[in-house]
Amino acid sequence: MSNHPSRERSAAESSDNKLIQTEVHADADSDQTNSSAKTVVRAEGLSVYYDDDRALNDVTIEIPEHRVTAMIGPSGCGKSTFLRSINRMNDRIPAASVEGELYFHGKNVYDDDVDPVALRRKIGQVFQAPNPFPKSIYDNVAYGLRVQGQADEVDLDSAVERALRGAALWDEVKDQLDESGLDLSGGQQQRLCIARAIATDPEVVLMDEPTSALDPVAASKIEDLIAELAEEYTVIIVTHNMQQAARISDRTAVFLTGGKLVEFDDTATVFEDPADDRVEDYITGKFG
Amino acid sequence: MSTETHSGSGISGDDSLEAAHEKNRRVRQFLFGCAAITVVTTIAIFLVLFDNAAQYFFGARISEAVLEGDSFIRTITFTEFFTGTRWAPDHSTPAHGVLPIVWGTLAITIGAGLVSIPIGTATALYLSEYAKTETRNKLKPVLEVLAGIPTIVYGYFAVSFLTPVLVDGIATYLANPIGGTLDSNSHFAPFVLKPLAEALMGASVGRYSMLAGILVVGTMTIPMVSSISEDAMQSVPDELRNGAYALGATKYQVSLRIVLPAAVSGIFASYILALSRAIGETMAVTMAAGFNANLTANPFDEIMTMTAYLVSMARGTTAVGTIEYQSLFAVGLLLFLMTLMMNVINDWMKRRFQEEYR
Amino acid sequence: MSTKRAGEFLTGVDLRQEKVRNRVFHGLLVAASLFGLVMLVLLIADVIWESSQALITYDIDLWNFFTGTSSSRAPQAGFGASIIASFWLMALTAGLAFVIAVGCALYLVEYAPANRTTRLIEANLANLAGVPSIVYGLLVLALIVNDVGLGSVILAGAIALALLVMPIIIVASIESIRAVPSSVRDGAYAMGSTKWQTIRRVVLPQAMPGILTGTILALARAIGETAPLIMVGTMLHATRYPSGPFASFSAMPTQIYSWTYQADRMFNGLAALGIVVLLVFLTGMYVVAGYLRKRYETDGGSITNV
Repeated sequence: MSNHPSRERSAAESSDNKLIQTEVHADADSDQTNSSAKTVVRAEGLSVYYDDDRALNDVTIEIPEHRVTAMIGPSGCGKSTFLRSINRMNDRIPAASVEGELYFHGKNVYDDDVDPVALRRKIGQVFQAPNPFPKSIYDNVAYGLRVQGQADEVDLDSAVERALRGAALWDEVKDQLDESGLDLSGGQQQRLCIARAIATDPEVVLMDEPTSALDPVAASKIEDLIAELAEEYTVIIVTHNMQQAARISDRTAVFLTGGKLVEFDDTATVFEDPADDRVEDYITGKFG
Repeated sequence: MSTETHSGSGISGDDSLEAAHEKNRRVRQFLFGCAAITVVTTIAIFLVLFDNAAQYFFGARISEAVLEGDSFIRTITFTEFFTGTRWAPDHSTPAHGVLPIVWGTLAITIGAGLVSIPIGTATALYLSEYAKTETRNKLKPVLEVLAGIPTIVYGYFAVSFLTPVLVDGIATYLANPIGGTLDSNSHFAPFVLKPLAEALMGASVGRYSMLAGILVVGTMTIPMVSSISEDAMQSVPDELRNGAYALGATKYQVSLRIVLPAAVSGIFASYILALSRAIGETMAVTMAAGFNANLTANPFDEIMTMTAYLVSMARGTTAVGTIEYQSLFAVGLLLFLMTLMMNVINDWMKRRFQEEYR
Repeated sequence: MSTKRAGEFLTGVDLRQEKVRNRVFHGLLVAASLFGLVMLVLLIADVIWESSQALITYDIDLWNFFTGTSSSRAPQAGFGASIIASFWLMALTAGLAFVIAVGCALYLVEYAPANRTTRLIEANLANLAGVPSIVYGLLVLALIVNDVGLGSVILAGAIALALLVMPIIIVASIESIRAVPSSVRDGAYAMGSTKWQTIRRVVLPQAMPGILTGTILALARAIGETAPLIMVGTMLHATRYPSGPFASFSAMPTQIYSWTYQADRMFNGLAALGIVVLLVFLTGMYVVAGYLRKRYETDGGSITNV
């Protein structure tokens, strides 16, 4: 599928009232098509139960490297559960049990010889409500490096600066690195959490509704950031803001009630011409 | 066709991670050890008390019998201990009937309960249902201060103020400060209680009295009752109250019929806590109620509680191995078992009331 | 549509008796609540009165009082040695109790599985809190003073006090550690921290103010405890400054106790002064604890989960 500006116009001009008017993300590098990206995370028949409730139903999906993959769907349909399965944060919930496989770089993360702590050092997570540590901005960003024992090997100062720049926060806080992370505004705190997550150079960054607790201005700053992040990392973002998914993601996965993955395709396709009727209904707001 | 990346290694961990995991394991063991120490403490209390009390009853400590082969001989019989009415282990003609001091402890405990339970509950009701916020904010710190005062200060207060007022009256007290009661040959101006005591009981009030002990221990335990009861009352949901008010109930009715019953498990817990504290109270009660192991019902008489006995014996030079020394542990064991029983009752009541109000 | 007038509607409901009952009840409650206040006022007034009378009547040299050692001769008796003994006691008690108490709390909140052993530990904690302080004195007397043979020294007293206050610190610590929100812990775990790393770097620092507050309150309880120390064995008069943990001693509360029972009335006056000193220390500790609590409660400690 080639990309050209006319695609955007065609969406806007579409007289199809069923589809929402949205700006679809256009990949500027037309050579790197979505379908040729390598897979970094792959789920195979993944189901997650909380006691007897099935939160995730037999999900099979391949998530491409260096792309932004969005997960959308109504509340309670397993998007966050799927996210947490990737870095095994579900392990922290006693009632949770997992069936199926989830591969990270070809290795099933639920194998017995996998250390969840090691796994999480390769995967960063940003939460819905910003949760910086009650420490200084510097210590927040340096936390991962210190905990992973790299504090002696790297130049902490430059690593911190790099991370803060990568999170588009450096200019705002460079003179107040010693101040508490909690003194920042909500949007800044979230960017601090992003900086903290990327400071250890993970491969994948998981984002669980990262902007839903923020005001629109702060949210849009972070959206801009996400597109940049994909150049270095793989971003998997859960959002129930469909326009956001349409704006920033390359591929979109649609989950519907019962934890079923109903559609997974290039974002443009999902929003303009989805294969599944239910997806079309969801996107046009018939439910959700 | 997408291809899957295959560099899966790295998520099985490496050496530095292994070090962190090892540290985590060690720390966990250490922390468990800390928690275990608390259990060991209870076991130690049991063991030490039993071990030493055995010498009192059976002539030899359990540890000595086990380790050195000392033999047991019956020294003090249980009958003598539990039914005798004279307690004087250190007297030239010794007696080992523990009843007087058990009675002393019970009298103080029940008496103090009669003071602290009604007053504490009433205070809690007042603070929770009636008092305005400013009053509450002024009264609560007062109660907290009351709770924080060490028992020795309460004891001193009893000795220097309460008892002289009970005995001699305020006038004498002011004219004769500085522990005036300790020299009870001070001239006295009869106050209400002394003549009352004489008229009612045909007795006189000396420098120590059960009543002073009851007053002081009662006052000390009021904050326990009031603060825990108040918490219990506060956590009664407002919907319950509003339902009653909407039906036209007065505050009095709501307090007694709605709030009190709903908070009853917390309130009872506070009672048991206060009584438990009264049983174990030492300094204040000793300084107020005295050292005389009297088996008496006269509140103006001097009495001795179990804790007072322990303290009085230790004040002198009690040689290890003497019968007096051993008696400390027999009495101590009895005391410990009594408070243990209170705890068990407390637990049982908590569980029972929790079921009812589920 | 009722044609009755409002006045008629409300007659027949006689609330007078209810009102009287309400007022009487209210009055009783107020009286009860004032009892505590009255006693407190009397107590403080008594202490102030006695101590000031003592100062005047006996012309007590305050410098000697604060720095001198006690003696069988009242005019020379001082409180200094007892104050220092109390400091030693507090320091040792804190040292012994703090690590074990916080360790126990950390284990129970962060590591303990939901099984029988854990329930046993928790039930036992409730038990320990109810043990009379004098029993700890008995325990130490038999075990430490006699069997181990340490003698009636400060360390023995500190062990008794440490055992006494441990449950207090444990409970306060458990509360503080639990109060650290799960969002912050999640953030740490998601970054690949081990449990201990999370505790050491994130949870403990955030819980520490609460833990310290609890510790100070526990020490405030310990500083006034007399009975366990008497059981361990204190000197009648603190005639020497304690040289260390293995010295015999008489701490503030026990010295006050001895002085109260001396025949010489001047000693009773000194006791009153001693009480004032003890209460001043106590007030100081409560003020510090209160300050810590206030400061860290309002200091952006946590972000609520949206």
